[in-house]
Amino acid sequence: MESSGYLWTAFSLAWALVFGYVLLLINRQRGLRHDIEALKATLKEKEGRK
Amino acid sequence: MKSKILLWVSLLLMVFNFYMIFIYAPIEREMGIVQKIFYLMVPAGWLALLSFVIVLIGSILYLVKRESRWDALAFSAAETGIVFTTMTLIVGSTWARPVWGVWWVWEPRLTATLVLWLIYLAYFLVRSFTAEESRAARFSAIVGIVGAIDVPIVILAIVVWRTQHPPALIFQGGLAPEMLQALMVSIAAFTVLYVLILIQRVSLKNDATEIARLKGLLRED
Repeated sequence: MESSGYLWTAFSLAWALVFGYVLLLINRQRGLRHDIEALKATLKEKEGRK
Repeated sequence: MKSKILLWVSLLLMVFNFYMIFIYAPIEREMGIVQKIFYLMVPAGWLALLSFVIVLIGSILYLVKRESRWDALAFSAAETGIVFTTMTLIVGSTWARPVWGVWWVWEPRLTATLVLWLIYLAYFLVRSFTAEESRAARFSAIVGIVGAIDVPIVILAIVVWRTQHPPALIFQGGLAPEMLQALMVSIAAFTVLYVLILIQRVSLKNDATEIARLKGLLRED
């Protein structure tokens, strides 16, 4: 591999790692939103029973 | 709102950082273009160490005050830290191959950085093997405090031992002014990105803790 190949490999891998982690966080945030919606639905159901 | 401002600052700084690395900073005579990996390796290494300092502070404050926000800070810094330590190891290896002719050398700085990565891993293993949240926070805080011993070892490895790793050129005036300026911009750009990610991670952790608490309350009802 040429020197420039190593340079692009390093930058690509580093940014792939950062983007991968940010995507993971976005995914977790979606999961939490889903949990919040489920909690709201449960609360409504409980209030309805009262 | 603050996060949006930080996001824009981070984006603009990162664009400027790319300009500084690839256009402004000159190509080093001996190593050639591969030396530019340095502008990625140093900020990644700095953030790996900074994370561990934050883990240490968060862990101590959690053990003293027993407030979950300090555990959230330590946990989030550990997670962000493992990302940047992984980046340091990958980018470092990609630099070592063309410069040293090998992907990996068991020399003090590299080995201490690998140990740092393993300590981060231990931090999460301890958490995942402990079912109760407060116990997990307590045990991982101890790992965070004990593991911080590795931070000065990583920093001083190139001073104390004879090593293949390049010396701290930044502090010895061995860098051309343009290179030093590019490095400083890169450190600033990555630090802002790190702060942005850390804030989001802490917020996620706090939300998850709150949701878990509410779920528990609902189950009790």
